Amino acid sequence: MHELGIATSVLDAARQEAAGHPGARVVKVGVRIGEWSGVDPESLRFCFDAIAHMDAIDAPALEIEFMARQNRCSSCGITFALDQFHIECPRCGAEVTEPVSGNELELTFVELEEA
Amino acid sequence: MRVDVQQKVLSENDRLAASLRETLSESGVYCPNFISSPGAGKTMLLERTLEMLPRGTRAAVLTGDIQTDNDAQRLARYGYPVRQITTGGACHLDARMIERALESWKIAELDYLFIENVGNLVCPASYDLGENDKIVILSVTEGEDKPLKYPATFSRAGLVIVNKIDLLPYLNFDVELAKDNIRKIHPGAEIVELSSTDKVGFSGWLTWLDNKRKLSRERHASFASL
Repeated sequence: MHELGIATSVLDAARQEAAGHPGARVVKVGVRIGEWSGVDPESLRFCFDAIAHMDAIDAPALEIEFMARQNRCSSCGITFALDQFHIECPRCGAEVTEPVSGNELELTFVELEEA
Repeated sequence: MRVDVQQKVLSENDRLAASLRETLSESGVYCPNFISSPGAGKTMLLERTLEMLPRGTRAAVLTGDIQTDNDAQRLARYGYPVRQITTGGACHLDARMIERALESWKIAELDYLFIENVGNLVCPASYDLGENDKIVILSVTEGEDKPLKYPATFSRAGLVIVNKIDLLPYLNFDVELAKDNIRKIHPGAEIVELSSTDKVGFSGWLTWLDNKRKLSRERHASFASL
């Protein structure tokens, strides 16, 4: 629902990065989106494409790296992807495990092309 | 040419939120951010809370809605300063809106700054407002599986309030199932059951709140003595 605002923030940050390289234009932007970030990747792509095309003919592409929710067991040390919402350790049965990924909402890279 | 960036998409929001959090904590203010779906009872809960705060408590309220200042009008009856944030379409509050709304308020003189977010269980989870805790309200007229449907919000909750329990005799809502679902998403979550209508469970909630206020005060005192 708020993907338009997120897309605007992504594009702003990318253009700010490009501003440090006079004459360069942004051709691709990379983001990392966690499963529990509250952001829907497809909706973000839709919004990003819409606003990127509004003020540029060669709009940059968006590369999304999706991060599944993973937890780590501090008893036996394994990291595992959550099956539904079962946070118990699938190996040793520990009931409490810690999240290690899935909350990301990050800008990872900006690809620039010199004019 | 590829430039590695590695920054949070909402880094500007997070920077503002961190600065708000610092201001609040230096002043010893406890600031909860209330999040729920529309109609779960955020405003009513705040009304009863303001009404029952001990005499002499210093509190202020920021309340967010897409349109209207109806909530601010309801909340202003209790004598505490209230400001409406009308987002004009945005489905959540962000740190910039809080910063603007706080202008000219003397934060240091407060015990509590209550923030009522826009009714929405999705977007408010992404935006840090500089609060001490996100308090998520789940009313018993909703489904027990709400925590499973909106894990991002429930996993970040400092407290979950199960509201409207006075209606339980008329509903098929299974409180234990709802609590199991909350704990699946957020093991160790603190949960309070109450009704804002007949104030059942309110003493537990007010005690929880008062303990948080004392903690903020103590942290402030230890800051001040440095």
